[in-house]
Amino acid sequence: MTTLLEVSDVSVTFDGFRAINELSFAIGQPELRAVIGPNGAGKTTFMDIVTGKTRPDTGRVLWGERQVDLLRLSESQIARTGIGRKFQKPTVFEEQSVRENLAMALANRRGPLSVLTWKATSRDRARIDELAEETGLAERLDHRAGDLSHGQKQWLEIGMLLAQEPRLLLVDEPAAGMTPAEREHTTDLLKSAARSRAVMVIEHDMEFIRRLECRVTVLHEGAVLAEGSLDHVTRNQQVIDVYLGR
Amino acid sequence: MAMPVSETTHAPPAPRRSFLHENPSVLWFMACLGLFTLIVSVLSEGMGTGAISTSLVKILGMTLCLCLIAIAMDLVWGYCGILSLGHFAFFGLGGYAIGMWLMYARAEIVVRDNLAAGTIPPTETEVAEAVAAQIFGVVGSSELPLIWSFAGSLPFQLAMVVLVPGLLALVFGWLAFRSRVTGVYLSILTQAMTLALSLYLFQNDTGLRGNNGLAGLQNIPGFLDVPQSVLSVWFFWASAAALGAGYLFFAWVVSGKFGSVIRAIRDNETRVRFLGYNVEGYKLFVFTLTAVISGIAGALYYPQAGIINPAEIAPIASIYLAVWVAIGGRGRLYGAVIGAAAVSLLSSWLTGGGAPNIDLGFYRIVWTDWWLVLLGLGFVLVTLFFPRGIGGLFDYLVRKKP
Repeated sequence: MTTLLEVSDVSVTFDGFRAINELSFAIGQPELRAVIGPNGAGKTTFMDIVTGKTRPDTGRVLWGERQVDLLRLSESQIARTGIGRKFQKPTVFEEQSVRENLAMALANRRGPLSVLTWKATSRDRARIDELAEETGLAERLDHRAGDLSHGQKQWLEIGMLLAQEPRLLLVDEPAAGMTPAEREHTTDLLKSAARSRAVMVIEHDMEFIRRLECRVTVLHEGAVLAEGSLDHVTRNQQVIDVYLGR
Repeated sequence: MAMPVSETTHAPPAPRRSFLHENPSVLWFMACLGLFTLIVSVLSEGMGTGAISTSLVKILGMTLCLCLIAIAMDLVWGYCGILSLGHFAFFGLGGYAIGMWLMYARAEIVVRDNLAAGTIPPTETEVAEAVAAQIFGVVGSSELPLIWSFAGSLPFQLAMVVLVPGLLALVFGWLAFRSRVTGVYLSILTQAMTLALSLYLFQNDTGLRGNNGLAGLQNIPGFLDVPQSVLSVWFFWASAAALGAGYLFFAWVVSGKFGSVIRAIRDNETRVRFLGYNVEGYKLFVFTLTAVISGIAGALYYPQAGIINPAEIAPIASIYLAVWVAIGGRGRLYGAVIGAAAVSLLSSWLTGGGAPNIDLGFYRIVWTDWWLVLLGLGFVLVTLFFPRGIGGLFDYLVRKKP
């Protein structure tokens, strides 16, 4: 396992509030990692920094073997280098069909002219079918994405994430609002994705994290408080004090 | 938990269906446009029975040009979500570009005729000076401004029809989108652009004859002995062909993945960025493309109107454009056509004195005064009760399959 993403000494302040405080973090490929922490610990801001939505005041974010400085790239460039993001609220394009949503996410060229003349190859169609099957949406390919259930929208978004063929997936609260059966399917999806990729999951639900069976990073006040197996961090007195004990 | 997948979902994809087959509305539109063109031609003064007067043929031809800019507006606003309130600036620039050639070439013919009466053949400088005096006498100048250097060349001015609006849109759009100006702020910026351009052109020393604008554009050099009744039908055909081609092109643009991406940008541009698409690049592409089409529409419109002046690109014109598209139904090309045609024809009927005024006994409704109130009311009602516009009514006729 080699280091894929390395975040070092990153700080960001919003109107005097220090959302991220000299945070350092690294994830390899393949790896599955859960990030937990109380509200306001800076989990989402951390994802914003990695994906280019927020610029940190100080620190470095390096990517891949060639140590690319992500802070110099735009959101879309970062996405093209291989970082995919799933938002907390499922954000799929509701007016469009499941197929169109997936087709947009496919790892094809993204320039306006190539997209204008794009025609689905048999490989593209096969990939869409494969993703739809993997996410349990095969029967709904030609339905409006807005007509899907909440859980299905979450899966569609995960499917879109996989269609991008990223090396790192950032997944924000994938199990929120899901039924137990849906959660189980989601766990399987994430675990299978993490066999070849780096997957970072932000989650509140301890039971869900336990099922992921992975290394856990605890964030608190914008910095890493503890890191290790779930059992290890839940025994940590500091973690109990700030998070679990409440 | 993955659902059992029946073998049918893996059946080979349906046989390649043609673009028209998948978009039946395009075929319907083309049929209607063709029929309309045929009827107008047959009834026109110049080519047929004369039931439709030449001035009405011109109005109908101009309406087709307005429909063309309306579908451009629909692409940029209805599909891509950029509420541009400045597209009439591009329309006007297209008109000015072709107008320069029309005026120059015609003035040159007139001048040569006059000078030919003299005993000595005129030199080229004499001709150029006389043309300049002919065109710019009205603003008290006899110098040909620099921007008129190639006005005598039709290919050059035709290139300008496309290049001037395209370059303005490219530069303006690049500055605006790069700074991530969106929503109402972008609309205000586009209004400022068209206002600034209009105010600039109102000045006499800008080389485009100030508030006089360019006139006599209905006379086409080379065809000066063709009667207007015939010319009007030619322009009508050209406008219909341009609208048809524009419609086909835009329908193709929005039908594929490109359409998918720009609708996604309209609905959630942040999310599109995280899919790896350069949102600003797409917006710039759409903005510039529609500006170019608007320029072409303007270049066909003003020879039929006969005159162009800076008032044509006042901010209100672009606002009307947005109102047409909203009333017709944005996000569908035929909606924009219906809105532009219905509202602009109604407008010329009511304000042109064609409609009878209504005497209520205690008050007389004079349509020239009340037309704007009617339009405003219509706009509010459509927005409140038919957010999908007149074009949305077709959804009740044709149920879309899921």
